[in-house]
Amino acid sequence: MIQSLLDGILVGSILSLGAIGLTMAMHMLRFANFAHAELLSIGAYAALVFDGLFSALFPPLAAAIAPLSLTWALSLAIIISMAVTAGSAILVDRFVFARVRAIGGELSMVFASFGVALVLRNLISLIFGLKTQLYSQDIVFAVVISADPLLLVKPDQVFALVAALVIMLILHLVLSRTTLGYSLRAVAENPTLAQVSGIRLSRMIALIWIIGGGLAAVAGVFYGLTNQISPVIGRDLVLPIFAATIVGGIGSIYGAVLGGFLVGIASNLALVILPSGYSPAVPFLIILAVLLIRPNGLFGEARE
Amino acid sequence: MIGVISYLVFFTTVASILAIAVLGLNLQWGNTGLFNGGVVAFFGAGAYATLILGGTPQADHLGGFELFYPLALLGGMLAAGLLAWLVGVLTLRLRHDYLAIATFGVAVAFETLMRNAEGLAGGAKGLRGFERPLREALGDGFTYNLVFLAFVLTLLIVVYVFLGRLIRSPFGRMLRAIREDEVAAKSLGKSPSRVRLTAFVTGSVIMGLAGGLYATFYAFISPQDVLPILTFQIWAMLIVGGAGNNAGAVLGTFIIWGGWTASGWALSRFAPIEAQLYTGTVQFILIGMIIVGMLMWRPQGLLPERLVVSQSGKPENKHKTGSRR
Amino acid sequence: MTEAALEARGIVAGYIKGLPILSDVSVTAREAAITVIIGPNGAGKSTLIKAIAGLVPVSSGQVRLAGQDITNPRPDTLGRMGIAYVPQSDNIFRSLTIRQNLDLVLRHAGSDATARRDELMQQFPDLAEKQRDKAGTLSGGQRQFLAVAMALAVKPRVILMDEPSAGLSPRASQEVLEHARVLADGGVTILLVEQNVKQALRLSDHAYILADGRNQINGPAAELLDDPVVGQIYLGGKRMGTA
Ligand SMILES: Nc1ncnc2c1ncn2[C@@H]1O[C@H](COP(=O)(O)OP(=O)(O)O)[C@@H](O)[C@H]1O
Ligand SMILES: [Mg+2]
Repeated sequence: MIQSLLDGILVGSILSLGAIGLTMAMHMLRFANFAHAELLSIGAYAALVFDGLFSALFPPLAAAIAPLSLTWALSLAIIISMAVTAGSAILVDRFVFARVRAIGGELSMVFASFGVALVLRNLISLIFGLKTQLYSQDIVFAVVISADPLLLVKPDQVFALVAALVIMLILHLVLSRTTLGYSLRAVAENPTLAQVSGIRLSRMIALIWIIGGGLAAVAGVFYGLTNQISPVIGRDLVLPIFAATIVGGIGSIYGAVLGGFLVGIASNLALVILPSGYSPAVPFLIILAVLLIRPNGLFGEARE
Repeated sequence: MIGVISYLVFFTTVASILAIAVLGLNLQWGNTGLFNGGVVAFFGAGAYATLILGGTPQADHLGGFELFYPLALLGGMLAAGLLAWLVGVLTLRLRHDYLAIATFGVAVAFETLMRNAEGLAGGAKGLRGFERPLREALGDGFTYNLVFLAFVLTLLIVVYVFLGRLIRSPFGRMLRAIREDEVAAKSLGKSPSRVRLTAFVTGSVIMGLAGGLYATFYAFISPQDVLPILTFQIWAMLIVGGAGNNAGAVLGTFIIWGGWTASGWALSRFAPIEAQLYTGTVQFILIGMIIVGMLMWRPQGLLPERLVVSQSGKPENKHKTGSRR
Repeated sequence: MTEAALEARGIVAGYIKGLPILSDVSVTAREAAITVIIGPNGAGKSTLIKAIAGLVPVSSGQVRLAGQDITNPRPDTLGRMGIAYVPQSDNIFRSLTIRQNLDLVLRHAGSDATARRDELMQQFPDLAEKQRDKAGTLSGGQRQFLAVAMALAVKPRVILMDEPSAGLSPRASQEVLEHARVLADGGVTILLVEQNVKQALRLSDHAYILADGRNQINGPAAELLDDPVVGQIYLGGKRMGTA
């Protein structure tokens, strides 16, 4: 039970990172982006590629940073992966979403994002194969943090949690203390007024993708680090991430953070009762529960 | 020769069944502007319920009510409708995105449930113990398939005519008004969420019918038949044919299903053995690209909607409503 | 008479292609003066302002700023050209605090930003008191002042104001309009849309009447105030509702 709670928190941080970018895009670009979770896959694989590259070019970097299985090479690769993923997000926006936005409505965007997700996911399968992969073959043993009740934690998980929290704190500071943050919030609230106040919309859209893509990359790598890397990361995480945004209230960044943790915890606790085969359905049950009890989520404003 | 004809009968049957589902989706998306990201759940609900209601008793899972076949089929449609009602009631008064997410979620949950709940529907092994109606009279061969095709085509025509009438009726006009401009529609004095719910449930019932026919045809259904790709395929059929146009929906179904079947055949025949594993992957990419490409370059599809959509996205005031400001 | 700071000539513009709301409208705003546009609801007053600001595409005609063609500007470049625009509604960011609203428009002012903000706060003491509150909590009048303060922040040469007094109490609307007068006397060019016709004409220098997307009458504000026809339509018994 407490172990489930713990695992839930650890998974929750990954979901939060994914949900922040998704909820920002949903709020500011006004569509539910079903391709967002594929950015996590892109991030995970980009890091895999650069991890391999750095380790091969500079073998000393392949050393793990004790007590983690994370290597120096992978740490560097994460940063490159954030850039690659953000770049991919911007490219998809420029080539696909921008055009669909211009000729269709918001729902055409939702629809297009379905297609984009399908293409991205299967391109990844085609390039990297259907098999699962790991960043490190070294086995890092879980640390026993309590014998009774038995509580186990892997150092990588703790690292992922702490890093995720730090990233969220940085994002919070940017949004609440800098004019860049005000600009983002201004665009979300009233794009026209934001424009006449001198904010260039296309830059802000790019920024949303940069933040969303960067966070998704980190989430993807952490998922790969604590589970495994496979082309279906996006498929498996899309619903939990959406559930997190709905729990938090679409558009609320703090809601997305909290929603991610709640969905992570709830999913793990649910498996105490349900057989593990049912886990893909749990986010849907959470969505249903939220829609029944509080449709606008924890922090969402009512919006048509 | 008989092989070719027999294959054509098989192909046409499956395509016609799918066309019925596409018509259901057309009512939701094409006519009302509702995004259903989980078509397969409603299709699957119809399929599973039909077999459970119409099948013979089974030791290890629910079923065996041995209902008279038309009743079983109606039961399947009812099951799909109930599921749609549940999702619709919860989401249709909210922002559009919620319906998309919830329907996507219901499909994931449905597949998960069917895969795991062995006592309900056989789990991963699927649902067995269904006797195809009139099998004793018609046998299992070509004759049966021909008669079944006639049955499916009849239902396709019935659905087609029904929907054609529906969208020309005042109710259909209401749907388009809601799709184009909810505020204006509200001023007509109808509650848009009620009307949207009706359209959503009706479309899903039609998908349930398609699912029931599909399951009847194979006398078997398993979680492998309710994978998310089916939703994508059905969407591609609609967008290629032309959202809002029923003839387009049917045309799109035959094109996409033909393309899907042909590409599968070609890949399995000509692709190197080691690449065979990736046949599906390549096909999925193609479907995704078709969807995205259509939305980017020809969103109206091959046969565009003929009824009242002006450039502006506002409804043309063909019918004097007199209440637009 | 002073020079034309902002000039719109033969403007044809609308929201939907081929469906112009404005058909051939010309307006000139003179430097350091208030030019008011009045007209019935739906006349196209807001549309004209938006067309000048680049928010509605101009399909024919020209907008000139100090003689330079600026037709169809990208809206985010208005500030750089010295033009500020105060929309009719939703003209502040409700989810940001008053201070954040101002910091946002001052974000390129660099080291001057703080000084400029303090200046504005002095000018609008009501806002200064509440600077840490969300702008959404302000009263109608205070919101208009914040919107005006945001417009003034970048020291524009020209301000486009769309019904700044809409929905305000008579007192508050008088205050807002008087503030516009002070600004104009200080050298700012103001193009104003108003529904409070009498009040606006009294404070303005020049006036245009727009109806059905076309110019109707124009002349010095004082003359229009005395004009019997204008008086009958706008100042007489039947008052126009506010949009
Ligand atoms: N966003 C819009 N899309 C389409 N038509 C609009 C829009 N805004 C205003 N209109 C139409 O343009 C006309 C002029 O409106 P507007 O310029 O706001 O009038 P005014 O400000 O003089 O009251 C009206 O008929 C109105 O219905
Ligand atoms: Mg107006």
